[in-house]
Amino acid sequence: MHIRILRYDPDRDAKPYFKDYDVALDASDRMLLDALVKVKAMDDSFAFRRSCREGVCGSDAMTINGKNGLACITKLADLKGPVELRPLPGLPVIRDLIVDMTQFFKQYHSIRPYLVNDEPPPEKERRQSPEDREALDGLYECILCACCSTACPSFWWNPDKFVGPAGLLQAYRFIADSRDQATNERLDNLEDPYRLFRCHSIMNCVDVCPKGLNPTRAIGKIKALMVKRSV
Amino acid sequence: MGLAVRQFDAVVVGAGGAGLRASLQLAEAGLKVAVLSKVFPTRSHTVAAQGGIGAALGNMGPDSWQWHMYDTIKGSDWLGDQDAIEFLCREAPKVVIELEHFGLPFDRNDNGTIYQRPFGGHMQNMGAGPAVQRSCCAADRTGHAMLHTLYQRNVRANTQFFVEWMALDLIRDASGQVLGVTALEMETGEVSILQARATLFATGGAGRIFAASTNAFINTGDGLGMAARAGIPLEDLEFYQFHPTGVYGAGVLITEAVRGEGGYLLNKGGERFMERYAPTAKDLASRDVVSRAMATEIKEGRGAGPDADYLLLKLDHLGPEVIEKRLPGIREIAKKFANVDPVRDPIPVVPTAHYQMGGIPTNYHGEVVVPGRDGPNNVVPGFYAAGECACASVHGANRLGTNSLTDLVVFGKASGDSMIRFLQENPGHQTLPADAAERSMARLARLDGQKGGESVYEVGNDLRRTMQAHCGVFRFPDLLAEGVKKIRAVSERVARTGIADKSQVFNTARVEALELDNLIEVARATMVSADARKESRGAHDRADCHDRPGFPNGRDDQNWLKHTLWYKDGDRLEYKPVNLKPLTAEMIPPKARAY
Repeated sequence: MHIRILRYDPDRDAKPYFKDYDVALDASDRMLLDALVKVKAMDDSFAFRRSCREGVCGSDAMTINGKNGLACITKLADLKGPVELRPLPGLPVIRDLIVDMTQFFKQYHSIRPYLVNDEPPPEKERRQSPEDREALDGLYECILCACCSTACPSFWWNPDKFVGPAGLLQAYRFIADSRDQATNERLDNLEDPYRLFRCHSIMNCVDVCPKGLNPTRAIGKIKALMVKRSV
Repeated sequence: MGLAVRQFDAVVVGAGGAGLRASLQLAEAGLKVAVLSKVFPTRSHTVAAQGGIGAALGNMGPDSWQWHMYDTIKGSDWLGDQDAIEFLCREAPKVVIELEHFGLPFDRNDNGTIYQRPFGGHMQNMGAGPAVQRSCCAADRTGHAMLHTLYQRNVRANTQFFVEWMALDLIRDASGQVLGVTALEMETGEVSILQARATLFATGGAGRIFAASTNAFINTGDGLGMAARAGIPLEDLEFYQFHPTGVYGAGVLITEAVRGEGGYLLNKGGERFMERYAPTAKDLASRDVVSRAMATEIKEGRGAGPDADYLLLKLDHLGPEVIEKRLPGIREIAKKFANVDPVRDPIPVVPTAHYQMGGIPTNYHGEVVVPGRDGPNNVVPGFYAAGECACASVHGANRLGTNSLTDLVVFGKASGDSMIRFLQENPGHQTLPADAAERSMARLARLDGQKGGESVYEVGNDLRRTMQAHCGVFRFPDLLAEGVKKIRAVSERVARTGIADKSQVFNTARVEALELDNLIEVARATMVSADARKESRGAHDRADCHDRPGFPNGRDDQNWLKHTLWYKDGDRLEYKPVNLKPLTAEMIPPKARAY
C-alpha cells in the first residue's frame, strides 16, 4: 500500500513536506494503524500518537484522505490509495502527525467538566431513574480525540473563543445529568456571542465523530434551554 | 549534572484509575502533587476496561463482602494475601458509591440504584452458588466512564498534570529511601528530576511482553522496569492472565460481561463445552479455567474455523435490545475487528494475554515492601505502588473479572491516604544523591551514541514472540527452560539497540527504546519465575504438574504456597510466605478449586 504522510520536525525541517512510503501488508494488517506501525519500523523518525488500538483512548486522530478519523478503527480495505495522512487541522503541529492539543483541552476544561452537586452526599448512591440515565447516552462516550473540533470551521477561526463541539457535547452531558445542580451556571458560562453561538450547524462534527456521537444535536439542546430560560 | 530539579510533596507516575484516585486524595488534602503520564490521562489503559467494577452492594439480591472475599481468595487459588483481600472487599462498596457521587454514569435499576451484572467466579453463599450479580457497570464502557470521571474530579481539584512525560528511573538514596524520579518531557526531549517526599507508581501492566495481547501499546511495564533497576524485587510475575475472549486475530478484548449477560462459548460442533469443564458455573467459571478449557478444545481439534483455531462466542439469543443497551461497545468492536454483527452471528475468540497478577510488592496500605532486617515485608520509605503494577497481593494466581477496577480505586485511595500520613510525619525533603540522574543519563547517552544497533522493533518482536511461544496458557518444562535462555539472549540484544532518529522533539523512537528497557525486565522476571515454580496454580499451568491425590489440579501447597520475588541483580529468586490471616474475618483455608 502506498501512504503519503505530511512530515515536519522543527528540529530539522524548514517547512512541512510529504514523504511517500510503500508498505508491504500482511493478511493480519486490517487497520490503518497496523500499516503505520510498519511505516515506523521502516523509518523510526515518523512520529504519531497511538495507544489502545481499539478506538477508545482517542490518541490516533489524524486527517485520512481529507477526513478526520482514528487510524486504529479505519479499515485498510475501505481506503483508496494512495492514502494521504495529515495532522489534524487547526491546531499547531509539534511534529509530523502530533498536534498541540492545549487549546482543545483548555476549551474542554472551560465548561467545568465535572458533576456539581453541593448537597451532602447520601450514604448510598444518588438515585437516578433508568430514563434519566438514558439521557446521558450519546454524550458520556466522548473520547476527546478532537476529530470533531478540528473539523469545525468555527473552531478554526476562533479556537480561543468558541468552545467547539467536543467541549459543548460535554457541557450538555452535565446539564443533562439529573444529579447535576449547576444548569443555570453552565448556561451562564456559555451565554456569549462566541462560546456557544459560533456553532452554525455545519455538522462536520457529526460527520467525522468516530464514536457516532452528535455534538450538533447537543448544542441545539443547549440553545433551546437558553431560549427557554430567557422567556 | 545541571538538570532542572522540581520539588513536590508527592509524585504520582501514571494517570490511570489508580494514579488518578490517589492524586485526587492528595490534591484534595491540599498537597502539592505532580501526576506524570506518557499519554493524556483519559488515554490511559483503564479506559479500555469494559464489564464493570466488583462490589457487594447487594442491589440485585443478597450479597456480602464476605462472599466477595471468599470468591476472590478461591479465584486467587489461595495465593492472594487474605488481609489485603479482606480490605479490598470491605472497601469496595464505599469506593463505588464515591465514584457514583463523583458523577460516574452507572447503569440503573428501576428503583434508581446501580445496576449490577453477573461475572465469572462471583457466587453467593461462600462459593456454593448460585451466581451473584456484583459487577457495577456503565454499559460495557465502565473503564472509560470511570477514567473520565476521575480525571474530571481531578480537574475540579486542580491537580497538576505533566502530560506526555515519561518517568525514566526511580531515585533512591544510600539508605534506600525513595526521593522521586527522573523524567523525560517528550515534546522537548528535556530530562528533569522530579523530587518528591512520597512517590507512587501507578504505571499499569506489561501486556506488551506478549505478541497477542488485549493491552494498549503503552502497557510496557515502565514502573516494574524502574523498580527492578532500582533493586526492588518483582512479585509473582509467573501469574499472567489470559482472558478467554480476545477477538481472534486482533487481540481486542470482548468483555466477560457478554457471558455475564447470558452469552456462551461454542466449539466447532456447536457444543456448549464449558458444561464439561465447569458443571456449576459453566461459562462463568474463573478466567484461568475457561481459558484452559478453550485451549484444550483447540488442542484436541474442536476449534472452529478453517484452521480449527478459535471458538465461538454466541450472544444473538440475548436479542438486539439487550445487546444495544448492555453491550453496545462489544457490538461495535465485533463489527470492526471481527467483521460480524453479534446480533446475528457469534464472535470468533481466543484466549489472549490480558492482565498481570504480579507486580511491585506492597502491603494493603499501598506501601512498597521488600525483604530485609525485619523479615520479608520491610517498608521502603517514600515509595508506594497501586493498580496493575502493584502486587498487594489481592489477585494471587488468578484475578476475578471486575476486581481490577476495584483494585485501582481501593488501593489508589489507600495509597493516597498512606502518603498523606507519611508526608505529615516526614516534613522536609531529603538531600538528593549526587548521582540521582546518572542511570537515566547513561541510558539516554547510550541510545544517542549507539551506532548500527539493532532495531527496537525487531528486538521487541523477538521478545514478544519468545514470551508467546514459551510462556502461554499451558506451560511445558522444556519450553520454559529454553525460554529462559532465549529471553536472556534477547536481553543482551536490548542493551545494544539503536535508533536512527536523534531529534529532541517528540522522539517516539527514543520512547519506544526506553520502553523496551522496561519490557525486558518484566519478560525476564516472568519467564524465570515461571520456570522455577514447579506446580500448577491459577493461571500458571504446568504440563508436568497435573491433578493427582494431594495435589488438586496440580497445586502443591506443601512446597509452593508462597510468593515469588525476582531480583534483576543476579537474575535470582527468593520466596516469601502468603498471608493467610485476614484482618477480622475468619481465615479461608486452602482447598481443591472447582467451579
